[in-house]
Amino acid sequence: MKKFVEGSYAVAEAVKLCRPGVISAYPITPQTHIVEGLAQFVADGELKAEFVNVESEHSAASTVLGAVATGVRAFTSSSSQGLLLMAEVIFNIAGMRLPLVLACANRAVSAPINIWNDQQDVMTIRDSGWILLFAENIQEVIDLHIQAYRISEDHSIMLPVMVNLDGYILTHGLEVADMPTQEQVDKFLPAYKPLYKLDVNDPMTLGSLAMPEHYMETRIAIQKTLETALELIPKVSSDFKKAFGRECGGLVEAYKIEDAKQVIVAMGSVVGSIKETVDELRSQGKKVGVLKLITYRPFPKEAILNGLKNIPEIAVVDKSISLGSNSPLYTDLTSAFIGQTKIPKISGFVLGLGGRDITKDSIKQVFDKLSGKQVDCEFIDAKKELLEEEYAGN
Amino acid sequence: MPETKILYNPGHTACGGCGQAIAARLVIEAAGEKTIVVNNTGCLEVFTTKYPETAWGVPFIHSLFENAGAVASGVESALKFLGKKEGINVIAQAGDGGTADIGLQALSGMWERGHDILSVCYDNEAYMNTGIQRSGLTPFDTNTTTSPSGRESFGNPKMKKPVPEIARAHGIPYVATASVAFTRDMQNKVKKAVSIKGPKYLQIHVPCPLGWRHEGAATVTVARAAVETGLYPIFEYVNGELAAVQKIKPKPVEEYLKLQGRFKHILKSPEQIKKIQDIADNNIKKYGLKLEA
Repeated sequence: MKKFVEGSYAVAEAVKLCRPGVISAYPITPQTHIVEGLAQFVADGELKAEFVNVESEHSAASTVLGAVATGVRAFTSSSSQGLLLMAEVIFNIAGMRLPLVLACANRAVSAPINIWNDQQDVMTIRDSGWILLFAENIQEVIDLHIQAYRISEDHSIMLPVMVNLDGYILTHGLEVADMPTQEQVDKFLPAYKPLYKLDVNDPMTLGSLAMPEHYMETRIAIQKTLETALELIPKVSSDFKKAFGRECGGLVEAYKIEDAKQVIVAMGSVVGSIKETVDELRSQGKKVGVLKLITYRPFPKEAILNGLKNIPEIAVVDKSISLGSNSPLYTDLTSAFIGQTKIPKISGFVLGLGGRDITKDSIKQVFDKLSGKQVDCEFIDAKKELLEEEYAGN
Repeated sequence: MPETKILYNPGHTACGGCGQAIAARLVIEAAGEKTIVVNNTGCLEVFTTKYPETAWGVPFIHSLFENAGAVASGVESALKFLGKKEGINVIAQAGDGGTADIGLQALSGMWERGHDILSVCYDNEAYMNTGIQRSGLTPFDTNTTTSPSGRESFGNPKMKKPVPEIARAHGIPYVATASVAFTRDMQNKVKKAVSIKGPKYLQIHVPCPLGWRHEGAATVTVARAAVETGLYPIFEYVNGELAAVQKIKPKPVEEYLKLQGRFKHILKSPEQIKKIQDIADNNIKKYGLKLEA
């Protein structure tokens, strides 16, 4: 059913449709509405689940870890500092091969404290073994959560999935979106069937100590599984289309790139603004396009190379920065071209840190600068006067 | 041999005379096979779960150093969701560092929320797994690698953190201490604890021959001396009220201290021994430990 819905509430409703048995979270801006929505569903008896109000994000992640290990589908949500506090558990969940879905309302990290959107938080756990999906709009927020459980709990995967949605822009924005029915979701998403669990009738030990003769292979196993995920994710997306009648998910989405001379690679809600800018520039005769990453980990190298073949100029637009290096997505993208016979010009741009607006003008600047000298890490819309005066010498 | 399931198998890699290894076995045997164990990182997890082997005959999960309270909360909540909590015990266990220091926040959350979980602290009074560093439960004047005695130090300058009192302040229905020297009492307390609904806390004194520097064969002797001097009071609080204590004919604290290398540096200092005797006397008075003739 189509409804005018806030992003956070859309997550809550989509997660409710997935029937988690245990939900645990700690309030942190801007993900709080998500768990408030779920708490209300539980309070109203609309969702049969244990809602555990914990004392920290570390415990929220640990509580859902315990629940999944006991064989029950679980959900948690976090953002920014909360995700950083969870980080130890985030790695642990992947290493223990426990399927889980976490909604991350992407936000800047402290200091300075700043509650607004960018994607620096998720980049801190980029290497944890989680599958990382990014939503462009509220419809994708809904649809990716439903697909996330299917991917995570597939017996060939058994790894956690994080659905990233830009803080405020998506969590607090309202859009018209189609909310599936319970019957549709039940048909698409079967009940969780654990491969292993804590069971008094079949005791097993989870979370063993691995010595040097065993540890390395556990990491290789995750690496191989993530390669498998590159095949499964598009398959789940196509099953989703059959069941719900609309496109969503997969690895990448190409927008007007067939004949493009310049393409921006980006992920998250900024892609919507880029598409609008692309339309405007195309009406002026400019051959531009955008390649959206839906799946960031596992990194869909082949899909990207395939999408970007014959594109002479590529700009990476990232809402995060690996301080002292370049933006994470830029590093990933440039490394994808190593060994290719034809290497395009690739420039890296960092935008929108700490909630700075990304306007059409910001995106036009990216296309303009892409025509000029190749750059690795250029900040767009940085305030020269602040850099020269207040932060001078720092 | 009676046909019973082995819940804690021999062949693990604990040191000879490890008090924690003995206590952990007695705890799980008292709790029974319908028990799920959640274990913080520490000696016990390391010496029982080296892949591909395990000592555990019950479902067992280890996640991290500090989160057993939260993982156990998730396990218990999942069992409740499945309608399977009745008849299944959940134990969250840790050493003294994992309980009193790094894991206290998760335990506090678990106690406050009222989960039906027994938390067990195996108190060997320092971080033994990493090489005898001081914890919040290390006694006054103990020589550890991070509270060493020296020309200007008698070792650990702090008293043991009162974790049983902290647990009790949460209003939980059962808080007790036990000692590996008094195994029947320990096992009775485990059985009693798991029969009570809600959060329970049991702190068990377990000597560590390596860290305390005594012979492996002396573990029980040393543990008994801690109780008999009043330095490790054995008590039980039910619904916040002191329900039972183990009465003693108090022995001087030297009888305990002299058994261990970790107190060797104070044995010739009457002033320091007096301070430790005061701790024991205070316990004896506070809990009414003295056996009246």
